[in-house]
Amino acid sequence: MARTRFPVDRGLAARMVVTMFLLGLLYVVFIGVLTALGTSFVVVLVIAGGLLVAQYAFSDRIAMFSMNAHEVTPAEEPVLHGIIDRLCALADMAKPRVAIADTDLPNAFATGRNPDHAVVAVTAGLLRRLDEPELEAVLAHELSHVAHRDVMVMTIASFLGIAAGLLTRFAFYSGLFGGFGGRRSNDDKGGTPVVLVVLIVSVAVYAVSFLLTRALSRYRELSADRAAAVLTGRPSTLAAALVKISGEMSRIPTRDLRSAEPMNAFFFAPALAPGFSISSLFSSHPSLERRLEQLAAIEADLGRAA
Amino acid sequence: MRFLDSLLGRTKPKPPDLDAMFAIPSAAITLEAAVGLRPTGQAGVAYKPASGAAFATTGDDLSQLLALSGEQSGSTIRGHDDRFGYRWAVIEDPDLEDVVGGVHLVNRSLEDAGFGSQLLCSVFGFSPVGGSGRPCHLVYLYKRGTFYPFAPRSEDRRDNELELRVRGALEGELAIEPELSRWFPVWGLPFDQANR
Repeated sequence: MARTRFPVDRGLAARMVVTMFLLGLLYVVFIGVLTALGTSFVVVLVIAGGLLVAQYAFSDRIAMFSMNAHEVTPAEEPVLHGIIDRLCALADMAKPRVAIADTDLPNAFATGRNPDHAVVAVTAGLLRRLDEPELEAVLAHELSHVAHRDVMVMTIASFLGIAAGLLTRFAFYSGLFGGFGGRRSNDDKGGTPVVLVVLIVSVAVYAVSFLLTRALSRYRELSADRAAAVLTGRPSTLAAALVKISGEMSRIPTRDLRSAEPMNAFFFAPALAPGFSISSLFSSHPSLERRLEQLAAIEADLGRAA
Repeated sequence: MRFLDSLLGRTKPKPPDLDAMFAIPSAAITLEAAVGLRPTGQAGVAYKPASGAAFATTGDDLSQLLALSGEQSGSTIRGHDDRFGYRWAVIEDPDLEDVVGGVHLVNRSLEDAGFGSQLLCSVFGFSPVGGSGRPCHLVYLYKRGTFYPFAPRSEDRRDNELELRVRGALEGELAIEPELSRWFPVWGLPFDQANR
């Protein structure tokens, strides 16, 4: 077995396992409570499941449409295709489709339900701002998302949150119109109304699953960073690209990013302690500092003499 | 394991397959008989330079080693950086065995230094017997352990018909890459004058 200079980060994998376990546990408890209450709310779970399957199956088209991205051929973008060709050969993976989104925000995304239906897209703004090695590092990061099947993992992980969110709304309205304490007709005498319990449980499940999903997402980002650094052999180039992108990102108003994220309005709470802020719990990406720190550690590993 | 790796978001760099290369000399004989292509005596190894002192040391060791082996076998060996950020070791020698030996030396030294996963591909030059231009190279993908033909023509076009004929001739002799979508082009080869 040939040795390699790129060690696996066991801590990151362990944290991810814990997060996934907690999500699974939450899922079991949620289903258990709903079944114990004997409600017909299980129907809602089926609806949410159907929604999610559709979202999963059409993830590439949905993302392409919402980002206004169009596929490009090798003749149109020879350099972009050349970089992706080589990265795919280096990583031994099937080549995804390549798309460009006509927006000036420097960004890139990967989508598609499996590696055979994957699309890697970059924005025109990214192409304009990054030089070729930096572009390559960003593309390697996106290809890592494809290789890690992040669309599938995050879709499954976010299922519970979506179901709980739907159920909250459902319970709220049925409580509103049915009356929270009004329906104590037959056997349910004096007990807490089922609708109220479901409402409270759903809100709690939604909140916790939201936090866990976000934590999982941050771990996936760190994993993709690590894989990209290993693939290109140049952690610092990815770091430079990240700094460049986030520098540009914070300067440009991010209204259209936030519009996809109505919950964000609630989260400008002050920091709890130095170095730890509420917002870091809610964000889908790790902080720039955290990502740079990891890349610097990989760079140090690489620099160590044989 | 594959499932677990993708679940945990960890992909290990894939180790290269180095031994398939020694089948090239016998494949060259088949190729000359069947399609009329002869080795040009040139080959290139493309690898991705990593950052850091360790790789720099490896690179220095490698060029010394290559210079030394070049003196012994009479091959000329030079380096080249392409526009995609890959480094090439270009080996030229009239004897195909020596060319393959030189390529293997590059592979081995990178592998031994722990940078085997940085190897992208190697390209062996072939052109028609007795003549002018129109090359059709053999590209070896380290991570797949497969070969495929690449016949560059002017202006980002390739001669697919010739490539498919080469595939037909070499079937059974070399491991030909089965997925046509992975026959990725390598434009601007460092040794291919006609194709600059």
